[in-house]
Amino acid sequence: MAQPVTARLGRGAAWAAFAAYFLVPMGASIYFTLFDRDNHFSATPYTGLFQASGFVPALQMSVEMGVLTVVVLLALLLPAMVTIQLSMPRLRPIVETLCTMPLVIPPIAFVAGIIALQTRLSDADPYGPLSQLVNNQLMQTGLPLLLVFSYVVLALPFAYRALDAGLRLLPLRTLVDAARGLGASWPTVLLRVIMPNLRTAILNAAILTLALVLGEFTLATLLGFTPFPVWIVTSGGDHAQQSTAASIVSLLVTWGGLLILSVFGDRRRTA
Amino acid sequence: MPSVKENTIVTTAAAVELRGLRKSYGEVVALANLDLSIEPGELIALLGPSGCGKTTALRTLAGFETTDEGKVLVDGDDITRLPANKRDMGMVFQAYSLFPNMTVLDNVSFGLRIRKANSAERTRRATELLELVGLPEHAARFPHQLSGGQQQRIALARALAIQPRVLLLDEPLSALDALVRVQLRDEIRRVQTELGITTLFVTHDQSEALSIADRVGVMYQGKLEQLAAPAELYSRPATAFVAEFVGTMNRLPGLMNGGTVTVAGRSLPVDGTAPASGSEVDVLVRPEAITLRPAEDGGGLIIATTFLGSVTRVRARLADGIEVSADLPSHQASALTAGTHVTLELDEQPVLVAAPLPR
Ligand SMILES: Nc1ncnc2c1ncn2[C@@H]1O[C@H](COP(=O)(O)OP(=O)(O)O)[C@@H](O)[C@H]1O
Ligand SMILES: [Mg+2]
Repeated sequence: MAQPVTARLGRGAAWAAFAAYFLVPMGASIYFTLFDRDNHFSATPYTGLFQASGFVPALQMSVEMGVLTVVVLLALLLPAMVTIQLSMPRLRPIVETLCTMPLVIPPIAFVAGIIALQTRLSDADPYGPLSQLVNNQLMQTGLPLLLVFSYVVLALPFAYRALDAGLRLLPLRTLVDAARGLGASWPTVLLRVIMPNLRTAILNAAILTLALVLGEFTLATLLGFTPFPVWIVTSGGDHAQQSTAASIVSLLVTWGGLLILSVFGDRRRTA
Repeated sequence: MPSVKENTIVTTAAAVELRGLRKSYGEVVALANLDLSIEPGELIALLGPSGCGKTTALRTLAGFETTDEGKVLVDGDDITRLPANKRDMGMVFQAYSLFPNMTVLDNVSFGLRIRKANSAERTRRATELLELVGLPEHAARFPHQLSGGQQQRIALARALAIQPRVLLLDEPLSALDALVRVQLRDEIRRVQTELGITTLFVTHDQSEALSIADRVGVMYQGKLEQLAAPAELYSRPATAFVAEFVGTMNRLPGLMNGGTVTVAGRSLPVDGTAPASGSEVDVLVRPEAITLRPAEDGGGLIIATTFLGSVTRVRARLADGIEVSADLPSHQASALTAGTHVTLELDEQPVLVAAPLPR
């Protein structure tokens, strides 16, 4: 059946609007970084990036936090969700609501809570050297676990949705029982049976989490840390071109990460 | 076809005993004091209507459910508290139990991998089992590339690969087409007999249970109503429930008179405990124990006939409005067309009686 011209036009227009919405600002940004006021080409903003103070540590910090957040989040969420689906289905709505909470709590309230906790911890002499140690780990500037744990919370809603969608598609009870009956211990069931069959869902959860961490600004800056997004803003005050270049690099890093993840996932699935 | 002598999948048959099992889910009683003994090498089918507790019984034996009360014994060992992964039982589920991310070969050798068998040994055993279930050429496929019947064969091979002490099957055929169902049923029986493995087969399909099992256990409301060989179950049902659940049964109104019951103008001995004299009962009669004869003044009227080959099932309405089914030799039934007046005769044999149903 031939499509009415209007329908095709409508679709074309939608695509064009969609593309323009994303591509025009990006194109403009790239143009802005590569050409100066007199239209002379120069890659200095990019080359300058790598020499700029703080670029490498900030990027490294963001990537490390992203990876760590994904690992912590999955290690917490996956066994919990599997257990609930298998043996505590009544808890499911409660957990679902809890995992969605971070979406409705304003970041500023979240930060206020964290800062209160942090203050308590840092002058928590009653707990002695142990609390000192914990506090140091939480606050270390290279890889602040406090921020990582906060990101775990922030990413909960997205990771939960992604994993839940995958779990719903699996005949989990039967697969688990089959594996158990064949002699598999619980860790084996999780690693050999559940995780491989949830690959796509896990991948989606990881992608969403990674994207969130690589772009998060509010929490990091309010808590006084300098991961990549914060660095972009703070270093941009004096070099507008360079900080725009940094944004583009950040976008590329994120996309690169996602691409690696999905290629990795696809290859393993069809192997 | 490989025989027991060629392969090394031979298992040692175990005796199974379920003793006084009780299990409730909140208000719902799934098992109400279930007792069941399975002889080594025997195939027992658990038969019963949906919700009567068959799956719960099987899962309790497998270790997937805990009991509120009672014991599970295998070869005399109390395994009631043993976790499922230590029980060495092979389980075949209704459907979709193969690991989707693994090939057929990996599925079948999964249990051997857990048992740390080396790769050559795993492949050898898995291949042997694939031959046993007739699918050796499918080793490299993934589950989604197989038909439902093939998947169940692989599931059977996977369950047997670990040389289980007991084989458990929970409605393994219910998701399959009628033809495949019969084929696979016979296949399961062949493999089971060949290996001599103690087997519990759960089903709600009576023809499946009667055709595959050494003995059939009929369950009702969480209890075993009767455990008997198929023929005995059919001809000598222990309770009215069994009588009506297995095969077709007519209910005819009768009046108790000592140890006998007066029904359709006849006095027949009562099987089992007889209600008090003078009480009204329903007499349970099989279609093949009823004869219908054409008679001008007969009180019955033929309403339908169904040709079934050598016999024809004839439905008739009696004077009091009750409908009965009778199985008659087809040559005899040819005279009985709809609208024919008939008389009803019952075979002279002991009958079961039940409390009358509200009509
Ligand atoms: N996990 C469960 N939670 C609540 N009720 C259950 C559960 N499993 C089974 N039941 C109930 O127990 C009874 C027996 O179930 P089941 O053993 O599955 O019966 P069958 O296999 O004979 O159909 C049913 O009434 C069922 O609803
Ligand atoms: Mg069932």
